[in-house]
Amino acid sequence: MQPNTLSRALANGAIWGFIVLELIFFSVAGSYLSISDQAFMDYDNMLLLLKQSAPIGIIAMGMTLVMVNGNIDLSVGATFAIAAIVLLDSMTWPIFAGLGDWVIPVAWLLSLLVGTLLGALNGLIVWKTGVDAFIVTLGSMLGYRGIVFMFNGENPTSHLNWTLVDFAEAEFLGLATASWFLLAVTAGIWFLMARTVHGRNAYAIGDNREAAVNAGIRVGPHMMINFAIIGFLAALSAVVFYSESGSVNPNDGQLYELWVITAVVLGGTKITGGAGNVIGTFGGVIAIQLLRKGLGHIGADTSTVNLVIGLILIAVLFLDRQLNIKGKEELKV
Amino acid sequence: MATLTKQQIGSVLAKQGILIAFVIFMIAFTIANPKFLTMDNVFSVVRSSAILGVMALGVTFVVISGNLDLSVGSMMSFSTIVVLDLHDKIGPFMAIPAMFAMTLCLGAFIGFLVGYLRLNSLIVTLGMLSAIHGLTLTYSGGQNMDIADKEGTWFSVFGQGTALGIPVPILIFIALAALLGLTLAKTPFGRKVYAVGGNGTAATFSGIPRARTVFFCYLISAACVATAGLIQASRSLGSQNTVGQGLELEVLAAVILGGASLLGGSGTVFKTVIGVLILGFIQNGLLLMGLQFYIQFVVTWVIIILAVWLDIAAKRGKLWSAIA
Repeated sequence: MQPNTLSRALANGAIWGFIVLELIFFSVAGSYLSISDQAFMDYDNMLLLLKQSAPIGIIAMGMTLVMVNGNIDLSVGATFAIAAIVLLDSMTWPIFAGLGDWVIPVAWLLSLLVGTLLGALNGLIVWKTGVDAFIVTLGSMLGYRGIVFMFNGENPTSHLNWTLVDFAEAEFLGLATASWFLLAVTAGIWFLMARTVHGRNAYAIGDNREAAVNAGIRVGPHMMINFAIIGFLAALSAVVFYSESGSVNPNDGQLYELWVITAVVLGGTKITGGAGNVIGTFGGVIAIQLLRKGLGHIGADTSTVNLVIGLILIAVLFLDRQLNIKGKEELKV
Repeated sequence: MATLTKQQIGSVLAKQGILIAFVIFMIAFTIANPKFLTMDNVFSVVRSSAILGVMALGVTFVVISGNLDLSVGSMMSFSTIVVLDLHDKIGPFMAIPAMFAMTLCLGAFIGFLVGYLRLNSLIVTLGMLSAIHGLTLTYSGGQNMDIADKEGTWFSVFGQGTALGIPVPILIFIALAALLGLTLAKTPFGRKVYAVGGNGTAATFSGIPRARTVFFCYLISAACVATAGLIQASRSLGSQNTVGQGLELEVLAAVILGGASLLGGSGTVFKTVIGVLILGFIQNGLLLMGLQFYIQFVVTWVIIILAVWLDIAAKRGKLWSAIA
């Protein structure tokens, strides 16, 4: 038993405790303040919450991987928008005209491919130039967003395909398509991080990059793969979301990186790398969505949501540090 | 000197690379379009860069001290909205100091969290980005803010006036740059900022008050943001709640372009000014060349990465990184 097991367990479980607190608070407060008769912890409401968590949640899983690596990706929102445009626009391309509804999987693949490539490009630059991931993705966040605007100016790109909408709105075993995608991605990345060599290397690199190099891990390609994964997931998130909505604004996905990073940090991933897991991130995603929905339920507007989430992020950082200091002091003894 | 070694060239490039790039850009754009280097055009570029520039001056302090400030964009929206609102309620004479006080409070709060509590500045300012945006929306009730009597107020002087034939925003920018440049380069406080950013532990052991230094860096940043908000408010005399949204990244881009390392300890106010001007002139030059407005984002992306890459490459003496 390590001395800091207790504080670590506290830190890992904190997000779930926080979710329970939110549920209780909004249920109680909702019964006094809410205009609607519906209870907050309504089954349908919770299912809807899971579905609404999907766009942020899918990207957050990739961000967990990248942040455990000790990197960060600020360009996910722009990648999301590019992938969405590729998805909707490619369905109208004349070369695919003869495909009928088979154009859907083709458009999906194209969109996912573009996302993966954009992510890999970030990774390649980080690897080959040695420039910090923060700067690289800050630059590509501007650059990718510029590409989005160059495509269609400030106009939205729209294309509605009813077969696609039907698929996206379908429910399987009571869960919406988007929810299934979120759960599948969570499971997939969990397996990757917890049960494979690649996952073990991710923690090793984030913990001590030099030691990882000395242990024979090829850090560059490893990080590039992780950036490709987060690019893929940003595109997947766009695929899931825009299959249903059918119209993308050039500003869509802006500030997604902030929501995603907030969710990941709330879930206990260290910004310096080496620690974190997708289960915590899943909790972080749910906690944020719960907060947005709950505050709406008791009649607060979006401004309060922004205010509260910002302050909670800082509070979590503070508490997390206090717990860690305690752990370190115990180690010294 | 005919016998410059490769390394010497490398170090000259690394030290003055951004200045050389700036001159090359200016020459190229002037050849492409003779209108580029006219007085009118230069004034209009510098005037429109002034808001970004003033914010970048403050962020330079924060970055040199080894921290980040992502909250300057939403803080600028806040100060713009507040000063516009108070202008009609208590008059411009009182509104300006009141707005400065409120913005400085926000800066002090961030400085306390990052300086004294030693929390990670990226996450803290990310949280504050969201929180201050919420605060602004709550303050304004989500409404656009407008000054009732736009013709009869002297308040517009900060954004629209001219003195000695030079637009006031440019004068404010130059004055602040000179003041903060001297503070950073010539005062004990400036040296402390470099020491804290270069090696925080060593700074602590040599008796430099690390927490207080970081705290004051954020105060300076907030003061610059408030000034930028003042210029913005006075220029437009009305504003949306999201006027500063996304500016934090452009500001950071300008600071990085100027050669300040995100690890802290390096960078100067003068180089940041160059970074700001490069961004402004590139945007303008591309437009004058008849290119689409949005291509500037792509060009900025390429330039940022090239600038930082070459800077690092010159320091390590190799173009490609050593990452396996």
